[in-house]
Amino acid sequence: MSEIPSELKYTKSHEWVRTEDDGSLTIGITDHAQELLGDLVFVELPDVGDEMSAEDAACVVESVKAASDVYMPVNGEITAVNDALADAPETINDSPYDDGWLFKVSPSSSDQLDDLMDADSYETEIED
Amino acid sequence: MSQQTVLYDKHIEYGGKIVDFAGWDMPVNYGSQIEEHNRVRNDAGMFDVSHMTIIDLTGEGVKAFLQKLLANDVDKLKHSGKALYSCMLNEDGGVIDDLIVYYMNDNWYRVVVNAATRDKDMAWIDQQSTGFDIEINERTDLAMIAVQGPKAREKAIEALPVDVVEAVSELERFYGCDCGEWFVGRTGYTGEDGFEIMLPDTEAPAFWDRLSEVGVKPCGLGARDTLRLEAGMNLYGTDMTENTSPLISGLGWTLAWEPESRDFIGRKAIQKERETGVQQKLVGLVLEGKGVLRGHQKVIVEGIGEGETTSGTFSPTLKQAIAFARVPKETGDSCEVEIRGKRLPAKVIKPVFVRDGKPTWQ
Repeated sequence: MSEIPSELKYTKSHEWVRTEDDGSLTIGITDHAQELLGDLVFVELPDVGDEMSAEDAACVVESVKAASDVYMPVNGEITAVNDALADAPETINDSPYDDGWLFKVSPSSSDQLDDLMDADSYETEIED
Repeated sequence: MSQQTVLYDKHIEYGGKIVDFAGWDMPVNYGSQIEEHNRVRNDAGMFDVSHMTIIDLTGEGVKAFLQKLLANDVDKLKHSGKALYSCMLNEDGGVIDDLIVYYMNDNWYRVVVNAATRDKDMAWIDQQSTGFDIEINERTDLAMIAVQGPKAREKAIEALPVDVVEAVSELERFYGCDCGEWFVGRTGYTGEDGFEIMLPDTEAPAFWDRLSEVGVKPCGLGARDTLRLEAGMNLYGTDMTENTSPLISGLGWTLAWEPESRDFIGRKAIQKERETGVQQKLVGLVLEGKGVLRGHQKVIVEGIGEGETTSGTFSPTLKQAIAFARVPKETGDSCEVEIRGKRLPAKVIKPVFVRDGKPTWQ
């Protein structure tokens, strides 16, 4: 069974969102998503400073099997990216919620976070 | 309705992730495709290929029939068990399928064709057989397991029934042997040594367990694809189709032009193509930087023209992206591939990327 940490928020497109103490958001793909994709071999990260809207394609993760877009969960600006993934994309398979994070966002407002799913709803979502 | 091979329950038991492949529920991997790939390059892995179609052609007219049906010439097969790779062409010179044919004796050849093309192949073979004294017998009673890798034969021999071991231990490369109910070919689709073992459906699940017990790792169709691509082996349906001739698919070497009197199906069309000048070629691409090549990406050859990748992947052995591409025949040793709007430089090489676990072009 996929791991779904209870303190995170989730999207239908299998991103997870963690609210940090300073109000910024850290984003990655879920354990379920990395299982579906299989061995990851390439990550194309956004540029720091990019401003994007919710549901924009922010980056691309590719496994041996397929390429998949990762979407912005909210409106905001990219403030950091996980450069370590360039040489070790398999980190996303090994540690999707910690070392395998993708990018950080300064959200335009906090309202959109309420539209995201909690762990229970996400679990129901992926069971369907 | 999805079809399942007799090993389906084994795939579930061994943790296989099941996907649809040409109407069959098949394991794409059992956890990690890269691990499975590396296991075949370094040790031994096994693949369920029971979805492939095995056809026995028997009768007095079988050789003459195959000399008409196939673009390669079964007359090259002089010794019992010898195998031959060939294309089966349509009248326009397009590829209906690629296949392996084993010569068993003058009245018996065994042919293995792709799963995805089973229906059209059977219909075509049946239609072309009019007037030949042959019988066509599809062997749906047989399962097939490919055991591949540098240690594949050694490990398979530990698992095979004693009477089969005797027959296969001296088997030469690209030969098959008929061992009663079982049939073992020293063939494969990974670029490694190994066996393709055909056996009665009923005995396949227990044999799968025995192979696992002697250390042969179950591998999915995902690893099969990356292995065959590294080895420079075409995949039907992507690298060649009914709309591409063998001459622009890297398969010219499989065409037997001599003797000129052999009038195989498609000969007139490809002969004409050869005489008027072949305009494209199939090459191998190695992406210089990071990224992943896939099928159907645009290839730009500066000052010459454009082409397209036919299949691509990330090579676990080379840790670089590789692809086959159909490009203008004047293409030199470099090109660019367009990936998500960006042009990335790639090296152009002969389409064989890995031999004996090492890059072929360095």
